[in-house]
Amino acid sequence: MADSKLTRSNRTGWLMSLPGFTLVALFIIVPFFFAFGLSMTNQRLVSPNPTKYVGLENYRQMLDIALVTLQPERDASGTVIRDDEGTIQYPRLRRLSRSDPAFERYKGMREWFGWQSGESHKAVVVRDPLFWIALRNTLLFVLVVAPVQGGIALGLALLVNQKLRGINAFRTIYFMPVVVSIVVVSLLWRFIYDGNDGLLNNLLDTLSFGAIPGVDWLGNPSTALGAIMAMSIWQAVGFHMVIWLSGLQTISPTLYEAADIEGASKWQAFRYVTWPGLRNTAVLVIIVITMQAFALFAQIDVMTNGGPLDSTQSLVFQAVERGYGKQDISGGSVISVVLFVLVLAISLVQRWLTRDRQN
Amino acid sequence: MATLSMSGLTKRFGDIEVIRGVDIDIADGEFVVFVGPSGCGKSTLLRMIAGLEDISGGELRIDDHLVNDMQPRDRGIAMVFQTYAIFPHMSVRENLGFGLTIAKVPKAEKEQRVMQAARILQMEHLLDRRPSQLSGGQRQRVAIGRAIVREPSVFLFDEPLSNLDAALRMDMRMEIGKLHEQLGATMIYVTHDQVEAMTLADRIVVIKDGIVQQVGAPMELYHQPANRFVAGFIGSPSMNFLPVEVQSVDHDSALVASTSLDAVRVPMRVEPLKSGDQALLGLRPQYLVPTNEQDAGQLHGTLSLVERLGSETVVDVNTRENTRLVAAIADDRTFETGTEIAFTFDPNRAHLFSAAGDGALNK
Ligand SMILES: Nc1ncnc2c1ncn2[C@@H]1O[C@H](COP(=O)(O)OP(=O)(O)OP(=O)(O)O)[C@@H](O)[C@H]1O
Ligand SMILES: [Mg+2]
Repeated sequence: MADSKLTRSNRTGWLMSLPGFTLVALFIIVPFFFAFGLSMTNQRLVSPNPTKYVGLENYRQMLDIALVTLQPERDASGTVIRDDEGTIQYPRLRRLSRSDPAFERYKGMREWFGWQSGESHKAVVVRDPLFWIALRNTLLFVLVVAPVQGGIALGLALLVNQKLRGINAFRTIYFMPVVVSIVVVSLLWRFIYDGNDGLLNNLLDTLSFGAIPGVDWLGNPSTALGAIMAMSIWQAVGFHMVIWLSGLQTISPTLYEAADIEGASKWQAFRYVTWPGLRNTAVLVIIVITMQAFALFAQIDVMTNGGPLDSTQSLVFQAVERGYGKQDISGGSVISVVLFVLVLAISLVQRWLTRDRQN
Repeated sequence: MATLSMSGLTKRFGDIEVIRGVDIDIADGEFVVFVGPSGCGKSTLLRMIAGLEDISGGELRIDDHLVNDMQPRDRGIAMVFQTYAIFPHMSVRENLGFGLTIAKVPKAEKEQRVMQAARILQMEHLLDRRPSQLSGGQRQRVAIGRAIVREPSVFLFDEPLSNLDAALRMDMRMEIGKLHEQLGATMIYVTHDQVEAMTLADRIVVIKDGIVQQVGAPMELYHQPANRFVAGFIGSPSMNFLPVEVQSVDHDSALVASTSLDAVRVPMRVEPLKSGDQALLGLRPQYLVPTNEQDAGQLHGTLSLVERLGSETVVDVNTRENTRLVAAIADDRTFETGTEIAFTFDPNRAHLFSAAGDGALNK
């Protein structure tokens, strides 16, 4: 078998895959290593100064995070100073890091968030708040979108998997948003979410007979990210529905008949026949959704530009913003690499969690 | 244990009626086999009994209860499918106990019933395996085991052995026979394998195009087929049909002859015929006896093919009017193709059918 057609035509095979391979190398593999390299320099988009190798300095700057405990300010007698409303007064971190050698390490860092603990104040301080906010938003986005989108897609797939007249129309309708570019979808949803006369506000107003006041969905820091999540879920849910559907159709109908005869209810048939039969599909769907969610960019770019008050910053948006907006190529590269490591790690963990435990 | 009665059962898929009025009564503990050509509606009828297909018309009763609209789970039946339909992600033990898990039967009782079924089928050592680690025969055993655990009053089998190879099929056939003896449950079994039908059945139901052609014990069907279709369907190799002309009739026999058949008087059991009618004389290959002297024979032809199987010799004969005839001759015999041959037969074992129509019961 060593001389089979497959191995003999090896050279032709390689030759044929060359164009595709070249493109992949040129636009994915080479830039990937570029990003790695650039992330360890001080490269800017245009700069009179020569590029310098800085090692892991960029990473240190960006990932620097610490927990500090601030003791309340006390007067000469040692009692805690409170303001008129009784709030305990703390020294400013910026002042401390200049005057107190113990706090010198925190010079240039800013409080990201903090909380009260007894009389003292605990603060998480970071050097690059924007990165951390983007990271938090992205993780939040993934954590909400992955299960909700996957779950709704499965529900839809179960619905359209029935043998009903005209069921194909529903399949098509649910799939339609997938075909439309996310940029176009984002533009359209800007009108839906509009604070003054948006479709959503109008709808809520009509349904509630004016009881629900209008909300500027994208202009309000507490609703903007949620609004983008909802739209993103809606846009791609049809795609994952189709993947679930293909998984559903690999399950033999006879298994359902057997379960029916054995007395299984609809729910039990799902639990004992459908869900185990969808295991591999579930792994695929979850990993694909996670990776897509981590790449959150176009929606932000079109709808909010990261605002309001940085409430919709995302990692990819920050990478682009830094690399091209601020001409800080190395900064953008660092985010790209961190994102890559993050997605890789999460995918591996997911693979491990959903591994085949049968054998 | 249960009796089962079907009266006027029909099934339509859209405009097509695939079951066209079936009346069968099945006694408690009886083993009934449905046979018929592919597409005749055997599976459909079985699935109607199981409750997997709606009943379009007629009545289905189990133990005198009308079950037309009852859910499969409530009918007290268990079904074994051709494709096994065992749950791939569950161990054999979980598969066997599935119905009990669903019914929330206490663990101890479940374990005990699973073990009992495993013992009956001699597969205690397989209990912790996954279906993917089983052979085809073992998988079907699991499917049968799952049925046993349910302790149903009626077992339904839809061609359970047709995915198995010949040797295994014979083993499993015997096991199913033993199982029936052991459990004494009512069983309905669909097959298109003659041997399975003849060996397992108390009664065979022959179906064609959704119509029951004959119901009877295997030997009854073999020796007294109700029509030409049943005569041709039961028995292997199948019955020869020799075109003959009726020369004269008296009340229960007819004198028939043809170019290759010397006039012979045969009983007229199935259809009344009259003198001058075209008829078909049914002769089982096993009942044709070759003679050495041409003159002594009643039936004449030329040997066209000889197949020696060791236990018997099957010969193809071209009769004088050029119809093909098969004879199965006991023992290993040598013949030369191309030579003239003559046969005798016992007229009482011959069957006379009208040549008109397709020989089956139609509506
Ligand atoms: N769901 C269905 N819709 C339409 N026609 C059907 C359906 N199921 C079966 N039929 C038709 O009903 C007839 C009987 O089918 P059935 O499966 O009962 O045949 P069968 O006797 O079991 O054949 P086989 O020996 O090949 O299994 C066939 O002509 C088939 O085409
Ligand atoms: Mg069938």
